Amino acid sequence: MMTDDELRDLRDIAGTMIPANAGRNLPGADDPAIQADIVKTVGRDLPRVKEAIAAIAAKSDGTFASLDVDRREALINEYFAGKSAPAATLGRVILGAYYRDDRVLTALGWEPRAPFPKGFTVEQGDWSLLDAVRNRPQLWRDDR
Amino acid sequence: MTANEKVDVLIVGAGASGAAVAWSLAETKMRILCLEQGDWIKSTEFPTNGRDWEARRYTDFAISPNHRGRDTDYPVNDDASIMKVANFNGVGGGTVIYTAHWPRMHPSDFKVKSLDGVADDWPVDYWALEKFFEENDRMMGVSGLAGDPGVPPRHPPMPPIPMGKTGTKYAQAMNKLGWHWWPSDTTIATREYEGRAACINLGHCTPGCAQGAKASTDLTYWPLAIRAGVELRTRCRVREITTGPDGMATGVVYYDAQGVEQFQPAEVVIVACNGVGTPRLLLNSASGKFPNGLANSSDQVGRNLMMHPWPIVSGYVEDMVDGGRGPITCMWSKEFYETDPKRDFVRGYTLQLGRGTGPATQAIVGAAAGHLPWGRDHHRAYLELLDHRVGIGVACDDLPEAHNRVTIDPVLKDSNGIPAPRVDYTIGENTRRMMEHGIARATEILAAAGAKRIHTSRTELNYPGHLLGTARMGKDPERSVVNEWGRSHDVKNLFIVDGSVFVTGGGVNPTSTIQALALYIADQMKQRLANLFD
Ligand SMILES: Cc1cc2nc3c(=O)[nH]c(=O)nc-3n(C[C@H](O)[C@H](O)[C@H](O)COP(=O)(O)OP(=O)(O)OC[C@H]3O[C@@H](n4cnc5c(N)ncnc54)[C@H](O)[C@@H]3O)c2cc1C
Ligand code: SF4
Repeated sequence: MMTDDELRDLRDIAGTMIPANAGRNLPGADDPAIQADIVKTVGRDLPRVKEAIAAIAAKSDGTFASLDVDRREALINEYFAGKSAPAATLGRVILGAYYRDDRVLTALGWEPRAPFPKGFTVEQGDWSLLDAVRNRPQLWRDDR
Repeated sequence: MTANEKVDVLIVGAGASGAAVAWSLAETKMRILCLEQGDWIKSTEFPTNGRDWEARRYTDFAISPNHRGRDTDYPVNDDASIMKVANFNGVGGGTVIYTAHWPRMHPSDFKVKSLDGVADDWPVDYWALEKFFEENDRMMGVSGLAGDPGVPPRHPPMPPIPMGKTGTKYAQAMNKLGWHWWPSDTTIATREYEGRAACINLGHCTPGCAQGAKASTDLTYWPLAIRAGVELRTRCRVREITTGPDGMATGVVYYDAQGVEQFQPAEVVIVACNGVGTPRLLLNSASGKFPNGLANSSDQVGRNLMMHPWPIVSGYVEDMVDGGRGPITCMWSKEFYETDPKRDFVRGYTLQLGRGTGPATQAIVGAAAGHLPWGRDHHRAYLELLDHRVGIGVACDDLPEAHNRVTIDPVLKDSNGIPAPRVDYTIGENTRRMMEHGIARATEILAAAGAKRIHTSRTELNYPGHLLGTARMGKDPERSVVNEWGRSHDVKNLFIVDGSVFVTGGGVNPTSTIQALALYIADQMKQRLANLFD
């Protein structure tokens, strides 16, 4: 379980990491549905997510939300550049929920659905390109 | 302890090799039992059934047993290993979550000492295994294209997977460079095959195929073996192999699904637990008569672990390519497989030319590579990545080194209290040079394909789940664990059939060769049934 303070911080952090973009029809990662998805599915990643939220709060002396957007972005990018395990987990959890949201997938040109059972089409490609390889001499060493 | 009725043959482990050996021996009509610690996995459980398909790769379908943490998994202490252990514990073993890439080892891989002066030759050669490679290809159902000048002749029963936009891009680049490429063999069905549906390009083959197009042994060998009379008991975790006063194996002690300790007597024990599970079981079977572990008079059990360092070089092309749709690996290159005296290393590698990933995975790998900023620039950067990714794996040969090994961790235990394995592994100098050579060539290919933002993820991030060499084959009992047909030198009714019997690693994914060897060992057993223990 996350506390109310942690939930608020998570929302502020996620909204800074991936802000809404009206021009591209994309919600921000602070969107209530995406936040609800994160909270519902965080599962075993919860301890590390909490650690990351606390680390970002500490890095901004508890004033993250009140910083201007340039400073928030700089702080977040600096925190993630440290490549700590909590940072990687927080990033993965937010990206995982964001990039399965119906609105996001639709805006990206992906159908908002699970891959199964409809699947996808992959074209055969240009098999004539193989002609250049077919008549090459044998490459493997014959030990006989 | 409950005692069970004695069986003729007891197989431990229902993965790639355990399934093949069970099917092959079934025709003898002996009483055959397989004990497997994991479950049957239903296709409805696989991630591509749900909207959280990409996220589950990091939880219940993670490739590391430590991250996955199912109660059917055992923990592995791999803190001291630069490469981490990847596996799956269940009916089908690693084939449940493998990528289904299906190269064979080359003839030269079995003769590295005589051809290249390193490590040891195998006691069998490619040609002794050839008919078992073919039989296994039919059983697993392989898609591919005959006529590849890069590998010995083979006869895939199904046509190859599509090249797609991504493959076409690679092919153009490879032809520009004049380098070999060929559509990869894969155990993904491209048309209906023996009850398996054709691939519908879900694109997420590794963590299980919901369509059932990917061959895992729970779909291929096991149904046939069971129909032929083999019994498979799941949720049975073997603690140790027991021996009698004559030094022969008498059976195993295992914990059943309720955690109850059971004794299962057997005439013959076959171990098929993979390159980490097998040495763990043998070392945990130490006794007064075998103080250093069972079958270990050579001190080779657990040593010579090979894990296949696997750098991945990726980049982004301007055109839209296939993204994460379609089987991941679409072609291979054997241009740099065989030893070339002009290079500063011996042996070689396969280049595996792969497609992109799904939307969430693309964001995660893009962020890890530093290509995806946080903040207002995020969306612009992301759109340049999604469906534009191309990535090449460098599958490096791995030579045996005695200090790369599996031992028993003094503290860590599984949920039944059985001591867990510890893995110590470093990358040898020859392999390091090979990796750098492969990274440079992969970079050239991506550049020829017009890719930008080329990024190399070195071994630390890529664990192919190839666990080999820890109970190697050989004719000399002082330098090997099993003989040339898989029987322990020390215990004459104990056989090993999994990847741990490999003498060297080859520069390919190993499962085709693991299973061909398992079929070969089963065939040798069948031929010698009258005097199996002589
Ligand atoms: C993510 C991933 C991708 C891969 N991709 C490819 C690929 O594209 N191509 C390829 O060729 N290979 C690939 N592999 C490797 C392939 O999965 C293995 O080479 C193969 O499964 C090994 O076969 P095996 O018989 O040696 O052991 P496994 O298939 O690992 O089977 C061992 C079985 O033994 C059971 N077991 C272990 N200990 C006990 C015990 N004490 N009691 C009871 N049961 C026990 C385990 O639960 C397991 O089911 C991949 C592996 C992974 C993890
Ligand atoms: S691409 Fe084919 S094999 Fe892979 S998961 Fe999809 S249907 Fe299965």
